[in-house]
Amino acid sequence: MANALINAPKTAKRGDTIEIKALILHPMETGFRPGTNGRMIPRNIIEHFSARWNGEEIFAMTFSPAIAANPFVSFFTVAKESGKIDFLWTGDEDFRVTESVAITVT
Amino acid sequence: MATASTAAPALARAQTSARIVVVGGGFAGTLCARTLKKLDPKLSVTLVEPEKTFTAYPFSNDVLGGFRDLGQQQFGYDAVAKDSVALAQTAATAVDPAAKTVTLGDGTKLSYDKLVLAPGVDLNWTALPGYTEAASEKMPHAWKGGAQIALLRRQLEAMDDGGVVGMAVSANPTRCPPGAYERACLIAHYLKTKKPKSKLLLLDAKDQFSMQRLFEQAWTKLYPGLVERVPLSQGGNVTSVDPSTMTLVTDFESYKVAVANVIPPQKAAAIAASAGVADRTGWCTVEPVAFESTLQKDIHVLGDATLISGVSKSAFVAAEEGKVCAAAIVAKLAGKMPEESQLTNTCYSFVAPGQVIRTTSVFRADKGQLLEIPGSTDTTALDAEPSVQAHEADEAGRWFGTLTKEVFG
Repeated sequence: MANALINAPKTAKRGDTIEIKALILHPMETGFRPGTNGRMIPRNIIEHFSARWNGEEIFAMTFSPAIAANPFVSFFTVAKESGKIDFLWTGDEDFRVTESVAITVT
Repeated sequence: MATASTAAPALARAQTSARIVVVGGGFAGTLCARTLKKLDPKLSVTLVEPEKTFTAYPFSNDVLGGFRDLGQQQFGYDAVAKDSVALAQTAATAVDPAAKTVTLGDGTKLSYDKLVLAPGVDLNWTALPGYTEAASEKMPHAWKGGAQIALLRRQLEAMDDGGVVGMAVSANPTRCPPGAYERACLIAHYLKTKKPKSKLLLLDAKDQFSMQRLFEQAWTKLYPGLVERVPLSQGGNVTSVDPSTMTLVTDFESYKVAVANVIPPQKAAAIAASAGVADRTGWCTVEPVAFESTLQKDIHVLGDATLISGVSKSAFVAAEEGKVCAAAIVAKLAGKMPEESQLTNTCYSFVAPGQVIRTTSVFRADKGQLLEIPGSTDTTALDAEPSVQAHEADEAGRWFGTLTKEVFG
């Protein structure tokens, strides 16, 4: 998907603490705002974000309407084994975006 | 003395000669000092400014575009001195709001009855990792002062055809918010005409900006394929720079460039913090009629150092504030209520030589704030005929002449 950006190191030493950054395009419409016609714009937010390293969840968070558009998440984890990190965003209006990166741990 | 206030003592002073110190010889401070003296020749007015020459920011991007001399941007203070405004050509280093004194670089202290601070912005040398004052000699900001503009111009001229010019633009608040995008247009103009294999990469910590559709139209129409902008939501926020490798680093990429123009985060100049008029944001809040600080009595703050909701930090607004503030101070010294004024902001941006886009807004005091009058904004139409932008360019030239003549002439 072109609308998500991931920054994770391509290689790391076993036991290293590494930073992973993820940014996704999303309006994060709160549901508390009237539109130009006076009616409330329906809520449309990302509800959940998770990252799995070879299937094991290493980070997850629940989003709220107070989080700004185009949410940017940065977190730290410990490098354990080579493989794949899968990212998943889910939310209102059946929003579902996946992204994955490969990492080599030596 | 701190409790002595209101009409009676002020009136007494006005009849003798109230002492007014103005710090900062830009559009706001210079015009405020001269207007004070015009409105009441008995006032003792001192303008504190260390530089002998002022370099105006409006039109300075034309210098980078290669179609204007830096000298046309520069003004001295001879006319100010002729107005019997005392000129202290040294820096103001400290303000004691309780004792009502300003300390100058040479150690002397000036006492004031009213202080006007129009010190402009300081670049924040700690906000962007890697971007120090020394780094700016390699990666110029060209955001303040003639030397930096000249440096960036020389670097553009020295660059090989095919090089990438990288611009890193910080988030608001900054002085002249459309200035970075005008600059992108005019650097692109220079590249298109002189170095057509080159590219301009604009890394932007913002998603939206003033006159965005007009600027984007200019990039598409006038400089196709030459300008690439990476907005915040595409990872455009520059988080560090490395001048030794000429690299601009975002959260997601590193970009090696031939010439780097870094416009770092800004704050009110240091004297504002010394005077206790800057708040936690680093900027100054003021009431909207006389621009008196909300934090310190008898200190007025003008121009780019202020943070006024909805009002752009522009030379034109700064000059208007200077005049309005001068009239308000004279009224206050006479024990009268200052009149509420309307402020107009006009902002011209060149998209190419002889082609200018414009936005104008009118503001007035309302509920303790200076708010845009709804419907007052008038902006150059999208898809306007070239003659419209040419006409705006003529207007802009006259505007610059009138404004700088009023302030420095």
